[in-house]
Amino acid sequence: MSFDPVLVPAPRQRWLRQAFANRSFLVGLIITGVVALMALVSFFWTPYDITRLSVANRLLGLSAEHLLGTDHLGRDVLSMIMIGARNSIVVAIVAVGIGMGLGVPLGTWAAARGGWADEVLMRANDVVFAFPSLLSAVMITAIFGPGAINAIIAIGIFNIPVFARVARAGALALWPREFILAARAAGKGKALITVEHILPNIASLLLVQGTIQFALAILAEAGLSYLGLGAQPPMPSWGRMLFDAQTRIAVAPHLALFPGLAIVLTVLGLNLLGDGLRDVLDPRLRHQR
Amino acid sequence: MSLLEIENLALSIGGTQILRGIDLAIRRGEVMGLVGESGSGKSLTALTIMKLLPHGARMAGRVHFDGIDILAAPESAMCRLRGDEIGMVFQEPMTALNPLKTIGEQVAEGIRWHTGANRADAETRARAMLERVGLPEKEFPLTRYPHELSGGQRQRVVIAIACALKPKLLIADEPTTALDVVLQKQILTLLRELVDENGMSMLLISHDLAVVAEMTDRLTIIRDGSVMETGETGQVLSRQIHPYTRQLAHASTHVPARARASKPAGAAPEPLLEVRGLTRDYPVRRAGLIRRASTFRAVDDVSFSLHASETAALVGRSGCGKSTLARMILALDRPSSGSIRFLGKEIGGRSEEALRPARRNMQVVFQDPYGSFNPRHRAERLVAEPLHLLDEKPDAARRRDLVAEALEQVGLSRSDMDKYPHEFSGGQRQRLSIARAIITKPKLIVADEPVSALDVSIRARILDLFADLNDRLGIAYLFITHDLTVAHAITDTVMVMHRGKIVETGPTEAVLRDPKSNAARALVAAAPDLKRSLEDRLAQSARG
Repeated sequence: MSFDPVLVPAPRQRWLRQAFANRSFLVGLIITGVVALMALVSFFWTPYDITRLSVANRLLGLSAEHLLGTDHLGRDVLSMIMIGARNSIVVAIVAVGIGMGLGVPLGTWAAARGGWADEVLMRANDVVFAFPSLLSAVMITAIFGPGAINAIIAIGIFNIPVFARVARAGALALWPREFILAARAAGKGKALITVEHILPNIASLLLVQGTIQFALAILAEAGLSYLGLGAQPPMPSWGRMLFDAQTRIAVAPHLALFPGLAIVLTVLGLNLLGDGLRDVLDPRLRHQR
Repeated sequence: MSLLEIENLALSIGGTQILRGIDLAIRRGEVMGLVGESGSGKSLTALTIMKLLPHGARMAGRVHFDGIDILAAPESAMCRLRGDEIGMVFQEPMTALNPLKTIGEQVAEGIRWHTGANRADAETRARAMLERVGLPEKEFPLTRYPHELSGGQRQRVVIAIACALKPKLLIADEPTTALDVVLQKQILTLLRELVDENGMSMLLISHDLAVVAEMTDRLTIIRDGSVMETGETGQVLSRQIHPYTRQLAHASTHVPARARASKPAGAAPEPLLEVRGLTRDYPVRRAGLIRRASTFRAVDDVSFSLHASETAALVGRSGCGKSTLARMILALDRPSSGSIRFLGKEIGGRSEEALRPARRNMQVVFQDPYGSFNPRHRAERLVAEPLHLLDEKPDAARRRDLVAEALEQVGLSRSDMDKYPHEFSGGQRQRLSIARAIITKPKLIVADEPVSALDVSIRARILDLFADLNDRLGIAYLFITHDLTVAHAITDTVMVMHRGKIVETGPTEAVLRDPKSNAARALVAAAPDLKRSLEDRLAQSARG
């Protein structure tokens, strides 16, 4: 029987129950949720104002007033990490959004169109893939000047081929299926079929890829700002904080520890979330455990 | 003593009871048929014998094979048994072989693993085995890969793997369901010969009573995980004592009652569909850089016409080009040359916009009731899809009315509208796809193997529905099938297709009774026929 379990949607409630029974999904969701909450709260409130410098309080250790201590300019580390989270998340959301927003239409179009258009698009994809993405992002920011917006664009561009490829592969597998043929026999055009039939059926693929790309974008942003090419001071960012802590690692190791931990935990959380999502959305994997 | 004894076998997977007290015994050298509709637990019975069940399966009862208690045997003992003492042939030859290994390697693999033979010896035995199943080394060297073989040839390789070590028991799980009737006949004959030569026992799982009647000594009929009837094949099927046996037998020879649509006197003014000199070439991958790309002619100069309310069958073996032809008629594929006129207008080479009136009057029903629906939409939206073709888009209330009407026409109810496809059974899903096909009140429905994925009793009801819609709504059908019983049940004319050409056309009755062309004769001879094989059986036992 050619029964394909991937495409059977579970009713919403069962879906959620299964999701929460999945350990990596749950842990990933909690970690990601905490980071997102920190970022949200930072819009309204942070323990201290990070633009006010207080040299008297520089390089304090952990204490009740400064939970995670202070840096070399006397700024509160917890406040900086909170605002850094906001910065990382915004960069990642916009970069992944660029990738999805351009990559998915390109990929589904290539799959629907076929022929030379598909060929040209996919070879162009390969060309973009051939550049080491972080180095090219460095190049782009070096040319257009450092800053959060340029970092976003640089990271976003390298997300496009990833999503184009995933969307095209998923769509190609769907096009020969009978329900698509039936829709064509009903006179629907390729664009309409893509929107109505293809996209909902590759959404889970894209969602999983999205969480992975999100984690990669956060890493890339940290890397760029570590090199001084991301968000510019006084805007704090995790990569920048690591850079500043580097020279003082012997005096105040906590300055390197906490931003580092923030990066590691966020990436880990997102990867767990993506893993869990894949298990939940793909019943074939679910049955194997 | 029996080779295989199953007593009171119960099986549950993840809390669902699948088998409830199966009893089955196979003697040495005996061919046992296991018959049941999909979901009855026949495949899982076979997998229990091999102990290849999914995780979370709980078994109870007794399964003894040649003195070994299978349910208690450790995995290592089962590994020695599988492939050596028990061989298995699967339904789908496309997925039962590893695409990355040559056929020689795959046959030799089991031989080396179980006998410890060295590579050269195993290869010699593999070669002999492949030769025996009809793949002589000259044409099919051991270095061939599965994708270089056709479906029937692949199934031969699977059989070679299963029989390489002359197992005591061969389990064949619907070995011919994915093949056309001519290949089915060949494969069944091969299995029978191998069983006789080596004194093997065989458990043949099938939903097709005609196949079982021809092949087996005894049979067991199961339903919902329980044995309904068991006994000597000829007796069980000719006496039909158990009501379920009777039901199955009736369903598999079912012919829908049809009010014979009297052909309009005098030639109809213009045929509904007229195909002239239709040809479709596909480019074949280039063999070398210099050699010119050649083409494969899938449909070769086909001409025919179909009048309103007429039902015609397009019959042929798999790969003969019938689906390609259907796709061109449906304007899903472009012809290389020739013309298709529908309702007096040319279809080929027109824009999607210009095709709308034609599409409205010509709908399609596919084979696979699972694959032909987007699983994420509700029935209402699925059935309403062709309404897109109407020039005036109906509003939401009108749309629901039209969908309800179509659902009622096919024997579903209005309340089914809000269900998802997976909430319907296979037969209901096929009704759903028929509902989708009739919602625009078309004049022609092209049906591509619409019942070959269905169980016999459901198949009978769907055929009734097709006949009924033809009577009531006057819809013409083009039925594409490799199954002559289906063609016989439902159509007035039959066209036999062979290698892209139509080789014979005529009234269905006449062609089936007295086929003229070789292709038609082969199809008729290979078609399993329950009545005929029972008569043969009775004649044999009377003589013996």
